[in-house]
Amino acid sequence: MSTTKLELEILRYDPEKDREPHFETYAVACQDDWMVLDAINHVKDHMDTTLSYRWSCHMAVCGSCGMMIDGQPKLACKAPVSDYAGQKVRVEPLANFPIERDLVVVMDDFMDKLKRVKPYIIRKDEKSIEEGEYKQSPAELKKYKQFTLCINCLCCYAACPQYALIPEFIGPAALTMAHRYNQDSRDQGLAERQDEVATPEGVWDCSFAGECSEVCPKHVDPAGALQQLKIATTVQWYKGLIGMGGK
Amino acid sequence: MAYVRPVSKTSWYLARRSYTVHMLQELTSIFVGIFALILLWGLSAVAAGPEAYQQFLESLTGPGMVLLLWVTTVVMFYHAVAWFSVTPKAMPIQRGEEFVPGSVIAGAHYVVWIVLSVLVLLLAGVF
Amino acid sequence: MQQIDTDIVIVGAGGAGLRTAIAIAEGSPDLKVALISKVYPMRSHTCAAEGGAAGVIKSDDSLDLHFDDTVGGGDWLSDQDVVEYFVNEAPKELLQLDHWGCPWSRESDGSVAVRPFGGMKMKRTWYAADKSGFHILHTLFQTSLKYPGIERFDEFFSIDLLVSDGRCRGVVAMEMKSGQMYRFQAKAVILATGGAGRMFPFSTNGAIKTGDGTAMAYRAGVPTKDMEFVQYHPTGLLSTGILLTEGCRGEGGVLRNKDGHRYLQDYGMGPETPLGETVLKTMELGPRDRLSQAFWHEQQKGNTIPTRWGESVYLDMTHLGEKLINERLPLVRDLSITYAGVDPVSDPVPIRPVVHYMMGGIHTNIDAETTLSGLFAVGEAACASLNGANRLGSNSLTELLVFGKRAAANAVEYVKGAASAGEDAGIREQADKIEAKVRELIQRTGGTESIAGIRKEMADSLESGAGIYRTEETLRATCDTIRELRKRYRGIELHDKSNVFNTDLFQALELGNLLELAQTVAEGAIARKESRGSHQRLDYEARDDDNFLKHTLAFYQGDEPPRIDYHDVVITKSQPGVRDYSGDKK
Repeated sequence: MSTTKLELEILRYDPEKDREPHFETYAVACQDDWMVLDAINHVKDHMDTTLSYRWSCHMAVCGSCGMMIDGQPKLACKAPVSDYAGQKVRVEPLANFPIERDLVVVMDDFMDKLKRVKPYIIRKDEKSIEEGEYKQSPAELKKYKQFTLCINCLCCYAACPQYALIPEFIGPAALTMAHRYNQDSRDQGLAERQDEVATPEGVWDCSFAGECSEVCPKHVDPAGALQQLKIATTVQWYKGLIGMGGK
Repeated sequence: MAYVRPVSKTSWYLARRSYTVHMLQELTSIFVGIFALILLWGLSAVAAGPEAYQQFLESLTGPGMVLLLWVTTVVMFYHAVAWFSVTPKAMPIQRGEEFVPGSVIAGAHYVVWIVLSVLVLLLAGVF
Repeated sequence: MQQIDTDIVIVGAGGAGLRTAIAIAEGSPDLKVALISKVYPMRSHTCAAEGGAAGVIKSDDSLDLHFDDTVGGGDWLSDQDVVEYFVNEAPKELLQLDHWGCPWSRESDGSVAVRPFGGMKMKRTWYAADKSGFHILHTLFQTSLKYPGIERFDEFFSIDLLVSDGRCRGVVAMEMKSGQMYRFQAKAVILATGGAGRMFPFSTNGAIKTGDGTAMAYRAGVPTKDMEFVQYHPTGLLSTGILLTEGCRGEGGVLRNKDGHRYLQDYGMGPETPLGETVLKTMELGPRDRLSQAFWHEQQKGNTIPTRWGESVYLDMTHLGEKLINERLPLVRDLSITYAGVDPVSDPVPIRPVVHYMMGGIHTNIDAETTLSGLFAVGEAACASLNGANRLGSNSLTELLVFGKRAAANAVEYVKGAASAGEDAGIREQADKIEAKVRELIQRTGGTESIAGIRKEMADSLESGAGIYRTEETLRATCDTIRELRKRYRGIELHDKSNVFNTDLFQALELGNLLELAQTVAEGAIARKESRGSHQRLDYEARDDDNFLKHTLAFYQGDEPPRIDYHDVVITKSQPGVRDYSGDKK
């Protein structure tokens, strides 16, 4: 079994002991099919059990293990060690979030913002279960399907320059959720989301840097979603002006 | 307590190459503004009469002005190309279950741009 | 210690926990629900389920067929009243998810699509591409945000239940970011903490699947049920154990050994079906226990393909075409390329059976009630028993919904009828003792054992002794090892003494839970001297309905191995028969 040697420079921070974060280096002999997460697990299991980080599924679907690897926001379970063979790799918590402990960031801001955009089906008239499913053609499903793939890993927030500068910005993933529901043929809530979304800290803080889509591990394309949302909210605003807002 | 990493308000765009490129792209809008001003200046000269218009044309021939016009034109082209390449993301066109390829949407923009440009040049008597 | 007073506590915010919370909030908005989870809800392992959720919806299908498939698939260990209720409610629950926005895949006319799945006579598995669990989880989580009555406590690690006067009064949990202990006092507690597959070395399960809720109930005197029934999913990636959904086979994928031979036909699941055409309930669409057992036999015969991570067989999807794979199995393609370096469009994917699901869990009845008044359990953490000795794929996602709703209804009824708990000093003392136990673990010095070391020994022992095929000797060795490891567990020292997000502590607590549950698996297996479903013994190869048509109960006995007892199976319409998965059925 061939090995890949990696030097992990991992950010450590324990608020009970440290005034500031600092780095500790771990030399790991990795199996060459490992992901960076496997190397980090090896560090924790065999070298330093005090290292704290989030992880669970190891298949890029739970969104727990987002971190900065060599300065890039990535899922640690989807970053092959072979990409960093023989290098020193810096591993840090996701940028633009406060650090709770080591590689664990405070996610409260995102959880609040997600709730604010009302990411659920809103209907004026409900169908009963007995009436069966809301029919939705494959084309209608395709319209919003890509935006359902978000695993809430927050890599997009770590990449977004606007979120770095303007903490009030609702941000890529949350706004993409608003758009996802707006585009779902079963939803009738676009007007209701308008107040939260068509605001400066909503879509209009987005400067279309496109960094979010660059780093998104699930190819959700939040940048595209936000530009589409800008157009949709503008149209909705004009509709409101002429009394067709449909609230 | 949770540790907040500071972000520099003045040099954040130097932290990553992609940020720097993005800001340079944003700066091209200044040249779009410059071009708009020159255009408005020219229009007002036209409105003011043939002498004023002649003066306007002469002002455009100075070496500094020529350089400015060249730079502005190049940057405007770059701005347009950058804009066209991302337009498909903002306006996806769905045909059944497929999306019209981005290249087609961007391509259509180029076609319209060329057609309009030829039209304007024709009207201006260039051909 | 902080105190939180609420009406109902739900521990676990995966599919089952969220569905339960929503049901309570919708039906009784006046009640307060505390939804506690050691991870943010989106991280719950429901997100990793891929294939789909079963429910009778097409006109050529029937509830009776779903019932028969499930009971037979479970090798007649399923409680048939539970199955009856389940198949009846399944379609309604899946429709409810549609109304809540779940992006089910569709037929061209806009109606919900269904796909074939293992052990099912008819196509009835609703699916959302191959990310069904992910979409179900996110739909439920996002829908739950509508209800102000649900108060979430994200990243709170539950330690133990509070019990007094024969009633469950709440739970003690630690706020992970601060180390602060909380005493949640409630009139009812519902456990929805998932399974414990992490006790094995290779599983499809994420790090968090450590059976914390099951262990808490077990320690509080509630028996576990049927823990020896551990499901190996036939198609997991080597080295990582990552799941490739049964849907691969539902869409026509086939299993081949080193000679390219579709070997399942040699194990009573033939005749070989034409490539790309599935015939339900035969060949690759047989039940999971039979498929995993076939792998074991092939391995014994030397027909498997050696790889540097162990023996494998091939899951061949090359005949399905890129378009179909991109449409219906996009995640599978991504996973194969990322984690196995193989593109299923052009090459067969090496796979092997991996631990996936625990049929066993907290002993509950059809109403999700446990033997402890005021304590309920639902989902993989519970054993009602819907799945008997072997679960059919796509029944468990539906199970979360059907029994989430039922647990909610029963818990609400219980709470409305229950006398007020009143201030109970006994509860405070109990909670203080629980806290003291945790503080002792954190502050302990002079330890000689490592968490990773004990975890590995436990896992290796279970795989070798309580794997797909078991014998008296292998099980005895495992029982002895686990017993020993439980003692050695006390020699663990935490190097992390911090109060802030101390994952050393959480892993130690999780290991403690896994060790206790591992013991119920091994001891239950050695006591069950028959083969049934996923519990296969080389020394007792036949099913023994005379002696073992009953559930295994395991009762906590502190340091001693659990006391094993038995509990009748509810048999209503279907008498134990032969499980015939051959194409030419008599």
